[in-house]
Amino acid sequence: MSAFEVPGGTLATKPRLKFAVPWKVVRILSFYVVLIALWALVAAREVWPSYTFPSPAEVWEDLRLAAEDGILWEAIAESMRRMAIGYSLSIAIGLFIGIAMGSFKWVDETVGSLVLGLQSLPSVTWFPLAVLWFGLNENAVIFVVLMGSVCSIAISSSAGVKGIPPLLMRATRMFGGPPWKRLYLVILPAMLPAMVQGLKLGWSFAWRSLLAAELLFHTISLGQLLTLGRDLNDVSLVIAMMLVIVALGMAMDRLVFGRMESWVNERWGLTT
Amino acid sequence: MTTQTALTAHAEAPGIATGATSFAPVATAAKAALEVRGVSKRFETRRHDTMALSDINLSVRPGEFVCLVGPSGCGKSTLLNIIAGFDRPTAGEMLVGGTRVTGPGRDRIVVFQEAALFPWLNVRSNVEFGLKLAGVGRSERRDRAEQYLKLVGLERFHKAYIHELSGGMKQRVQLARSLAVDPEILLMDEPFAALDAQTRDVLQEELQTIWQRTGKTVVFVTHNVREAVLLADRVIVMSPSPGRIKREIEITLEHPRSPDSHAVVDLAADIREELRNPEHEAKAPDARWSI
Repeated sequence: MSAFEVPGGTLATKPRLKFAVPWKVVRILSFYVVLIALWALVAAREVWPSYTFPSPAEVWEDLRLAAEDGILWEAIAESMRRMAIGYSLSIAIGLFIGIAMGSFKWVDETVGSLVLGLQSLPSVTWFPLAVLWFGLNENAVIFVVLMGSVCSIAISSSAGVKGIPPLLMRATRMFGGPPWKRLYLVILPAMLPAMVQGLKLGWSFAWRSLLAAELLFHTISLGQLLTLGRDLNDVSLVIAMMLVIVALGMAMDRLVFGRMESWVNERWGLTT
Repeated sequence: MTTQTALTAHAEAPGIATGATSFAPVATAAKAALEVRGVSKRFETRRHDTMALSDINLSVRPGEFVCLVGPSGCGKSTLLNIIAGFDRPTAGEMLVGGTRVTGPGRDRIVVFQEAALFPWLNVRSNVEFGLKLAGVGRSERRDRAEQYLKLVGLERFHKAYIHELSGGMKQRVQLARSLAVDPEILLMDEPFAALDAQTRDVLQEELQTIWQRTGKTVVFVTHNVREAVLLADRVIVMSPSPGRIKREIEITLEHPRSPDSHAVVDLAADIREELRNPEHEAKAPDARWSI
């Protein structure tokens, strides 16, 4: 026995429980169960008439009908398609502007000030202009999505470029090579941790802009289903659609951006 | 005929015992690997100007190991940054292999004190990085990376990521990345200063072997006099305000040297005494002092 062995070291190797209770999940689930129960209780007391305050069962029924009918899936697919186009454009343009802002002082001073100014503009205010420019069609919606998220992506990518340690840029410069190689071998990967934050923020801005624009636009989509609910005086449809929008937003945040973030943090060694 | 013998002598020099006597005729015949001519650097701030370097003249022979040593503020790091091309000198010029250089370049690669590695690349891709920028093909990149990882003793860790490595391993990766592009001159900016004593000892010893095997010209900055004496063929002692070369000491002890050998310890103490007390002059050891 070595002198360095910890006394009672066997305690550390106590066999672990095969099944650990996921307390976090239990807490979250029970919170929502209580919340829905309270909602059902208030609805059952009929404090307000059911056409203004539907019960959870009615909302669920409307959701089920919309799903069975296929209109829900169609609306989700349509909204997501627009989102994909608008958001991709926004990433491409925002990244370009942001890298230019981060790399050249004069771009930062000129374009940068404009980008900062435009960011304070609520995206739905672009809608009248979009309709005048593109007509009342899908391009107008995509334009609003683009304008809603491009500024935040540009700002975070410029911060990402500025945040690259100067030492890393020195280490790159001494090896020579053409600037475009430096861009994709060093600048893009080095700014990725900051970019993930920007992409996440950009996505949530784009999502808000999309729904705001869709409210005012009449082909089938999530936003249009909300308007339809209002037109039909169908409160439970409105609430059902709101729940779908929340669920989609959260799923995107957790599944896509959450994973991307933890992957980048692990790979870049930022977690330790 | 005479030039030819001189060239062969210089080609073999890094491998064989390095004595000042064997180098002396070469230095005059062969082109200097690096020549710093009348370099000055002034930093201007609103309050006052600082003369960081004043009229530095330095000529480094091919395959020579030169250490710049001195107290902080003596401009040794500034000089290294100027040689690397990161900073422009206020006056003077620099020649690498006889050609004037102004910016950074693949012929002078720096090993930084703080490991400037790319966290999103694994060890092998980090070593391949310079080759990739240089447009070297995939299979040759891989071969060279393997070769240099073996040289620094990291071949088993080629798939590891940077944050999984210790400080010493990171410096080995930096060394491999630098050597992989086969630079004319290796510039080392206090590369072992942030390491623990044991790791430093090991790396100092390995650097001597690597230097002997690759025959690179090295300019090494340190504030540690013992480290300078241990590694260098020639120690350049610098003094502050304004930064200038105070003295050059040729060290003819045979490589690899041990940090605990009397010759190294005594000479280091002698130079430290000189740094403290300007009246004192350290005596360079003669060849028979060796080990």
